[in-house]
Amino acid sequence: MTRHDSTAPRFTVLESSVAPLPFDHVDTDQIIPAQFLKTTVREGLGRGLFDSWRGQTHGGEPFVLDDPRFESAQILVAGENFGCGSSREHAPWALLDYGFRAVVSTRFADIFRSNALRNGLLTVQVPGSVQEGLMSRAFESPGALVRIDLERQVLTTPWGEEVEFEVDAFARRCLLEGLDPMGYLLAHQPQIEEWEAANPQPFDTRECGAA
Amino acid sequence: MGYPVTSNGTGQPQTLFEKIWRRHEVVAPEEPGLPSILYVDLHLVHEVTSPQAFAELEQRSLSVRRPGRTLATMDHSTPTDPEVGWERLRVLDPAAAGQLDQLVESCWRHGVPLLALGDSRRGIVHVVGPELGATQPGSVIVCGDSHTSTHGAFGALAFGIGTTEVGHVLATQCLLQRKPKTMEVHVRGSLADGVGAKDLILGIIAAIGVDGGTGHVIEYTGETVRSLDMEGRMTVCNMSIEAGARAGMISPDDVTLSYLRDRPFVPTGSEWTRAEADWRSLATDDGASFDRRVELEASSLEPMITWGVHPGTAVPVSGRIPQLEDVATPQRPNFEKALRYMGFQAGEELRGRQVDVVFVGSCTNSRLSDLETAAQVMEGRRVAPGVRMLVVPGSQQVKAAAEAEGLDQVFLAAGAEWREAGCSMCLAMNDDRLRPGQLAVSTSNRNFEGRQGPGGRTLLASPLTAAAAAVAGHVTDPRELM
Ligand code: SF4
Repeated sequence: MTRHDSTAPRFTVLESSVAPLPFDHVDTDQIIPAQFLKTTVREGLGRGLFDSWRGQTHGGEPFVLDDPRFESAQILVAGENFGCGSSREHAPWALLDYGFRAVVSTRFADIFRSNALRNGLLTVQVPGSVQEGLMSRAFESPGALVRIDLERQVLTTPWGEEVEFEVDAFARRCLLEGLDPMGYLLAHQPQIEEWEAANPQPFDTRECGAA
Repeated sequence: MGYPVTSNGTGQPQTLFEKIWRRHEVVAPEEPGLPSILYVDLHLVHEVTSPQAFAELEQRSLSVRRPGRTLATMDHSTPTDPEVGWERLRVLDPAAAGQLDQLVESCWRHGVPLLALGDSRRGIVHVVGPELGATQPGSVIVCGDSHTSTHGAFGALAFGIGTTEVGHVLATQCLLQRKPKTMEVHVRGSLADGVGAKDLILGIIAAIGVDGGTGHVIEYTGETVRSLDMEGRMTVCNMSIEAGARAGMISPDDVTLSYLRDRPFVPTGSEWTRAEADWRSLATDDGASFDRRVELEASSLEPMITWGVHPGTAVPVSGRIPQLEDVATPQRPNFEKALRYMGFQAGEELRGRQVDVVFVGSCTNSRLSDLETAAQVMEGRRVAPGVRMLVVPGSQQVKAAAEAEGLDQVFLAAGAEWREAGCSMCLAMNDDRLRPGQLAVSTSNRNFEGRQGPGGRTLLASPLTAAAAAVAGHVTDPRELM
């Protein structure tokens, strides 16, 4: 149960300004388009982050990542259903590689959330009013700081409001204590063997004659 | 070899999902807040989401725990141009070739069977699993790919995972999972002529929303679903993720069993008899309850087509894009952004709009019956001038079966391109892609901005509607060509 790994992703407290991305249903094809998926490593994907939206303007405003006011933001505030679509883990890898440590939204797609938390990119789900507040505050005073405390599960807004958020209890332990999920699974080898003994394998994929 | 015949042991009516979950829970949560450890029967692997997972294994000096429960294929970035073989790919697209080489190397090193380029059974991962009979009722099936939900059509619990989890399954054949909620989507009524499984699932997503299934596993029930053949059921379950649900499933029945019989990995003789009894026992019990339930009526459904940049934007092909007034105020910025990207006006008709490309393919609609449907429309007709039509079979076996029926000749005679199996223009990782601004009618599953090529615009529809658009040169109601 308590195998710890010093290289496991960690998250405790983050205090940062916020980059606003005021669209709903931002899919992982937008976060990292398919042409960047031919890589065999996790690093370096930041250069492809939101590639097709870079250089564009939206309602007269430059795209948020091209806007120098949000350059140092480590928190992305996004619309609902963030990370929908493809299961590509390249999406959180790209966000992390670019410099984001947390995404705040009203709702995350399931696979994205799981992928993000496994890599130490915190997904913080907040009520719509808080998300809207953070979004408009980011536009009004771009450097305003938001604090995210994983231990207390509290997000503190620039206007001093403390907002509690839920986070998967296991993911929280992994991030706070450096608990390694692979190690956790490997520690249960005896139970896995027991299951296998009771449930014989019905067929063997190697018997299809594939190379 | 074994297919256990088990009762649920509780006497309570249970859903298909609960029966499968219970059977595969190696370790139940040891304390509140911990996930379950879930055993994986079949792990499907492809070139794009596995390299970093194999690398993780190397780093930790771990091996693949059950290579015989693992099956790899090449599909996402493989060339579909019959002229481009392995050697030319190295020149044309060294990054893609490098990724494929790495898959060959990793599979070889770990003893994982691989359907490589040149293998007559290679194809899209969600087409080959069922085709080989590796997809079986009652199993837990995972793949680093969100459309793994396809396999749920057989009464399996099948869902997409991330690359870190691919590593977990390679090393331990298990996953850490929190039990999802269940949702029943019950559909009544028979589908009208010209309306098929794709129209049904587009209608379902339009009704429940692109995040309507988030946190849930959907089971599709009702006479409409029962009346679909296995290929139609796969089309429906395939797009469950487009409603936010990680998995979609359908209880096994006669249709499931007759599809499976005599497939390579399916047991024979007395093993078949045992398996059949077990598989039938998995169906959701009468009176079992779901966390959520939605009822839909399908008899008034029309051929559907999407207008926007997510799959929840389907309207009847003869209908119109919503008016601004019909869109809730907070949604208007998204609505207007989608219209801007697509170059459409609120309230506009889609019918009559010129199309540049028609794509028949993808794990949603690239099986034999899909190609047959499209071929019926193309027979004796021509692809309209100025339109490019690509027909990409889901697997090399589908391709061979279609060629045996002469479908390739129908498509070629009509002026369409007939390709090798692969994901192709569904995600445009290879050369099959839209040019900026081009408008496509596509039988795939995602109309996200640039999904089929940067700047490309996608209308999702059935093979019938797509073929009709190819012939007409514009969006049209396919029933006019029937
Ligand atoms: S056909 Fe498209 S959706 Fe299906 S597995 Fe390939 S890329 Fe994914």
